[in-house]
Amino acid sequence: MNFAFSEEQEELRRTVRAFLEDKSSSAEVRRLMETEEGYDPAVWEQMGSQLGLQGLAIPEEYGGSGYSYVELIVVLEEMGRALLTAPYFSTVALAANAILHSGDDAAKKELLPGIASGETIATVAMTEDNGRWDAEGITATATKSGDGYTIDGHKMFVLDGHTANLIIVAAKTGDNISLFTVAGDAAGLTRTPLATMDQTRKQARLEFSATPAKLLGTEGEGWPVLSRVLDLAAVALAAEQVGGAQKCLDMSVDYAKVRVQFGRPIGSFQAIKHKCADMLLEVESAKSAAYYAGWAAAELNDELPTVASLAKAYCSDAYFHAAAENIQIHGGIGFTWEHDAHLYFKRAKSSQLLLGDPTYHRELLAQRIGI
Amino acid sequence: MDFRWSAEDEAFREEVRSWLKEHLVGEYAALGSGGGPADETGWDVRLEWEKQLGEAGWIGLGWPKEYGGRGASITQQLIFNEEYAKANAPARVSFFGEGLLGPTLIAFGTEEQKQRFLPGILKCKELWCQGFSEPDAGSDLANVKTRAILDGDEWVVNGQKVWTTLAHHSDWIFAVCRTDPEAPKHKGLSFILLPMDQPGIDVKPLKQLTGSAEFNEVFFTDARTSADLVVGNINEGWKVAMGTLGFERGTAFLAQQLHFQHECEQVIDYAKKQGLSDDPIVRQKLADAWIGVQIMKYNGFRSITKMLATGSPPPEASISKLYWSHWHRHLGELEMELMGPWSEVLAGPNYELEEFQSSFLLSRAETIYTGSTEIQKNIIGERVLGLPREPAAS
Repeated sequence: MNFAFSEEQEELRRTVRAFLEDKSSSAEVRRLMETEEGYDPAVWEQMGSQLGLQGLAIPEEYGGSGYSYVELIVVLEEMGRALLTAPYFSTVALAANAILHSGDDAAKKELLPGIASGETIATVAMTEDNGRWDAEGITATATKSGDGYTIDGHKMFVLDGHTANLIIVAAKTGDNISLFTVAGDAAGLTRTPLATMDQTRKQARLEFSATPAKLLGTEGEGWPVLSRVLDLAAVALAAEQVGGAQKCLDMSVDYAKVRVQFGRPIGSFQAIKHKCADMLLEVESAKSAAYYAGWAAAELNDELPTVASLAKAYCSDAYFHAAAENIQIHGGIGFTWEHDAHLYFKRAKSSQLLLGDPTYHRELLAQRIGI
Repeated sequence: MDFRWSAEDEAFREEVRSWLKEHLVGEYAALGSGGGPADETGWDVRLEWEKQLGEAGWIGLGWPKEYGGRGASITQQLIFNEEYAKANAPARVSFFGEGLLGPTLIAFGTEEQKQRFLPGILKCKELWCQGFSEPDAGSDLANVKTRAILDGDEWVVNGQKVWTTLAHHSDWIFAVCRTDPEAPKHKGLSFILLPMDQPGIDVKPLKQLTGSAEFNEVFFTDARTSADLVVGNINEGWKVAMGTLGFERGTAFLAQQLHFQHECEQVIDYAKKQGLSDDPIVRQKLADAWIGVQIMKYNGFRSITKMLATGSPPPEASISKLYWSHWHRHLGELEMELMGPWSEVLAGPNYELEEFQSSFLLSRAETIYTGSTEIQKNIIGERVLGLPREPAAS
């Protein structure tokens, strides 16, 4: 029985934290969130070639370092804490997982090394205007054409869809769903960046018009792959949320110790102290859920689907609550653009809804445990 | 990260299982796991069962061998409690002796006190109750007013304790008494052991909102006990009492989590059987309850890991009580909601409650005893997060 990170994993955490304190400071996050592409190519390159973060959980035979999902959630937690503004989640948690679990060995050989090295920015395009995260929401179609396929339709809310060189598209082939790879600069693909409330995570709308695509995996068997990818991505997102939530708690506690009103630090008032205690309870519980889910993802065991939904539902609400209370505890200053509280608050909300909101995941969980 | 147990631990688990399989039969098995520290359902049967546990050496599992314990590791204690819960074995009756006083004596008692009292706890021959709270000393425990004065070779005690669980079944009480009224309030207290069977002690049952009376008021009127029955130094009882409260967070949480998980599964089954589980709102609530009880387990695993590394529960373990008590309160409310109008109909006359009704009502005590929610949040805020203390009232 050991539910703790190893010394090596803690070392990884320290390394990533130090790197992000340097490269993803508040000033950098604010600079990048104002840009359309939403990342710093030099930092992205460093993450890939020097730290090997993109390839961390990619097997060595595909150019990665072959670590487990547990190492990945350590990294994601730190990225959530630092509000890293980069296409890491889309490239690693979505696209790399989709390729890894596609059962398509040729695609793995062809595509994973580029992701591992940091050369490729990739994403998964699944959701459409209907905003659904289930198979029924997918209406874009793929038609066989010569050696390959062409895709028609649209995709919406695609994370980093406008900067990705590689897009994995879920589309209908007959009654079933299949996955395809589409180049970022493919003919018949129109990409429009979206102006988003959370400016630290970029989204785009993609229009497909007879866009050439290559099948990933087996035709008609895309949904089981995508379902697994969504579970793995939910675990990754839960870890990110935990990092953000802990940062909000830290900000609140630090401020409550120094902000004086009525002649005493506001943290000595039970109204504030109890808010912080509630936040700690939720942050610690969220960590337990995300870490346990990370272990289930590393083992790819039968528990993964249930704990993925569990972690996504719980960590989403814990992060949002912590981010909202952080503004409240800061009072007026917390409502300014200048203070970072709103950046976390907006990220918490966008993350809460990404991959399905807590209500959706509780329902999924109910189904998965046989209710 | 690895959630498996060692081969040695699994062997111990097998030993526990086979003993339970052999002995948990007949009326013991029929009793189920109902009852608890504050619920005396099936008392006589539970007492007999506890004596069997004592004979077989399952009481005082983690105590040092020199005092008659097994010297079992933390892991083994966890496993025992887990298997005990899985077997649906009767609720324990010796909690205050085994869980609180025994460890307190081992840590703070004299050799004579250990020799005198530990065997009685290990064999379940003497039952104990805890005399801490008073009418004016609840959350503010150091405000204890019960007065003990040394008279020759005896303490003479006057005052009143309240919320004294199972006092009416107990042979002894460990009481925090004021021995120096001039000293600051934390510094004039002593931790004193008194026999219950004496004219100076009067136990009055305190009927609680569940209709039953596991709690009591205990009145001391010139109650007497031997001068050497003070644990720790005179006027240093606060330190001893805080030690005792520290033992409350022991190795029982996996067992408790299993108990709650079982209750959660019963709720889910009930909803299915009543045709309520198709309702989307009910489904949300059931899923939420299930998430809560799973997280209780994961939190427990993290605490265990830290306990194994450091030997004592981490500061974050203080969230555990806050967490489970509120989770259980919500579950009780859900139970009532699912029962609908049937939630009003009792199991029988004399305010006999159905299981869900009992759980719903008892859960209101859980956010109060062993440190109310508000006190827990102060502790978390100050000791874990390092927030400044509230200025003392002048």
